[in-house]
Amino acid sequence: MWGQASWDEPLLFDYKGKRRVGILIPKEELNAQTHLPEKARRKGGPDLPELSELEVVRHFLRLSQMSYGVDLGMVPLGSCTMKYNPKVQEVSSKVTEELHPLQDEDTVQGALEMLYQMQSWLAEITGMDQCSLQVPAGSAGELAGVLMTRKYHEDRDHHRTEMLVADSAHGTNPASAAMAGFKVIYVRTDPEGLVDLRLLKEVVGSDTAGFMLTNPSTLGLFEENIEEIASTIHSVDGILYYDGANLNGIVGIARPGDMGFDVVHLNLHKTFAVPHGGGGPGAGAVCAKGKMVDYLPGPLVGQVDGKYSWSIMPKRSIGRIATFHGNVGNVVRSYTYLLGLGSEGTAMLGVMSTIATNYLISKLRGVRGLELPYSSRPRKHEVVYTVSPALKEVGLTAEDVAKALLDRGFYAPTIYFPPIVPEALMIEVTETESKESIDQFAVALREVMEEAYSNINSVKESPKRTAASRLDYVKANHPSTFTPSYRVKKMREEGKLSPLR
Amino acid sequence: MERKSKYLVLKDRLYTDSDEWVKIDGDIAVVGITDYAQKKLRDIIGVDLPKPDTRVKRGDPVAVVESVKAAADIYAPMDGIISEANERLLDSPELINKDPYGEGWIFKVKLTEKPEGLLEAEKYMEKIGE
Repeated sequence: MWGQASWDEPLLFDYKGKRRVGILIPKEELNAQTHLPEKARRKGGPDLPELSELEVVRHFLRLSQMSYGVDLGMVPLGSCTMKYNPKVQEVSSKVTEELHPLQDEDTVQGALEMLYQMQSWLAEITGMDQCSLQVPAGSAGELAGVLMTRKYHEDRDHHRTEMLVADSAHGTNPASAAMAGFKVIYVRTDPEGLVDLRLLKEVVGSDTAGFMLTNPSTLGLFEENIEEIASTIHSVDGILYYDGANLNGIVGIARPGDMGFDVVHLNLHKTFAVPHGGGGPGAGAVCAKGKMVDYLPGPLVGQVDGKYSWSIMPKRSIGRIATFHGNVGNVVRSYTYLLGLGSEGTAMLGVMSTIATNYLISKLRGVRGLELPYSSRPRKHEVVYTVSPALKEVGLTAEDVAKALLDRGFYAPTIYFPPIVPEALMIEVTETESKESIDQFAVALREVMEEAYSNINSVKESPKRTAASRLDYVKANHPSTFTPSYRVKKMREEGKLSPLR
Repeated sequence: MERKSKYLVLKDRLYTDSDEWVKIDGDIAVVGITDYAQKKLRDIIGVDLPKPDTRVKRGDPVAVVESVKAAADIYAPMDGIISEANERLLDSPELINKDPYGEGWIFKVKLTEKPEGLLEAEKYMEKIGE
């Protein structure tokens, strides 16, 4: 039975010891002079915690015992692709740790070769012509894609003001489009769970800059009409953009470039196994085909006289999307992952992730209170269920299901997304889960649903076997109690702070 | 006051399709969100207020109300100039839940034109299905 460690662990700042030191800093006689303006000088020493090495080690170990990650159990978050991160990545990441982006290129040929290969491998996997690894994350990749679209149209004196976005899209899609100055037009999902093609044809016109889409969609369904969608957008010289969040469902089977996408962004921390969850750092890539290659952020790694170099600046590049060259320490993890899989293993990602999720679906058939919205067609790598029937019958919400799963040792699936499905549970198993693990998850979810019908109060009180239980959301967010930092906490205790605005 | 349903709808003011209420006093309109809206949003934990002297057109999003469930745009119900915003909401956003028609008012608009398209209480009750 699941039981999570629970420590009443104080903050490092609240440890009581004084004048304890865990590291000896050698004293140096310096003849350096500093010329600091008076107002920049401190009034007293920094208020650093005073701890021995042992206290620090125990502190972080206790915290780690209260946390949860894919190394501990399944993390079935939809569209997050929380697959296992092979530990060999730690070794390869060490190789790039000591490198500096401003070093002489002659001294970092290995890293440049790695990036050069990744640029072309990712292009091959996605059916595109070239990739930039400068984007530090998925959303940065989206912004890059949207800015590339904008510049493409500006170059041609098109006055395109509208960006189409699927209504099942992740919020970063319309956010990126809005940041680039576009008006966001949502395209509705039809009753089959696919982009409403008839509606799309009505909406596409001379104001359309492009369409942002993921395939499979966030519902886990493959957009069967993708070729027609592509030709519709291209008929007005619009740009078709692929959100790579769901790439794991098709790798080895289909490629966005072949479907007609012009620009693709990738989340290396999803499909390509860079560890993630809890705010990053991730790593991204933005890939382009045909005329869009000229707009990629640069520079890119090329070959000059048999050496690797940052020699390629795309002709109409949008410029830099990040300082330096992106999260190289994470790109090398994906590189290692791909080497470990080989082309055979990589080609199996789409198949295995799809089988894993559909196996789970077969195990959840007939569970009372859960319903598969839209059609009952097979899904790809992820599936969205709705808990609405249980909500109507016993008042069970998707949030209750999530909390009750925590009590059974599983991280919860994504809840309340996509927004077009009420009481949504968005589940992605990934191909790295064993059959036994999937069986256990199916049993846990069944148990939760059964408990909801026999003893709803017990579910409402979950979780009970975790380190922390349900939070008071109001207290966590209210301006008078919202506490984003230790400094805020201290100032409140000393009465020096009014509600945060 | 008329409480026929589980949502309070006051007869002394007008309403919009986007669940704002409007109380007009001379050339100043006081705007807030309805009891129906605050119940749907649940606990409100933050408000982005408009700046006074901002010129607004009917339908412009001028404020944001954030709850534990969602962030909702509040729209100007008519053309005009923002004359005042309820600063108390910055410290106590829950006033919108506790007293949506009174202390939970959000902003005031100095009218530049006669407002149009506002709904009477009966019509608003129909709209929310009561």
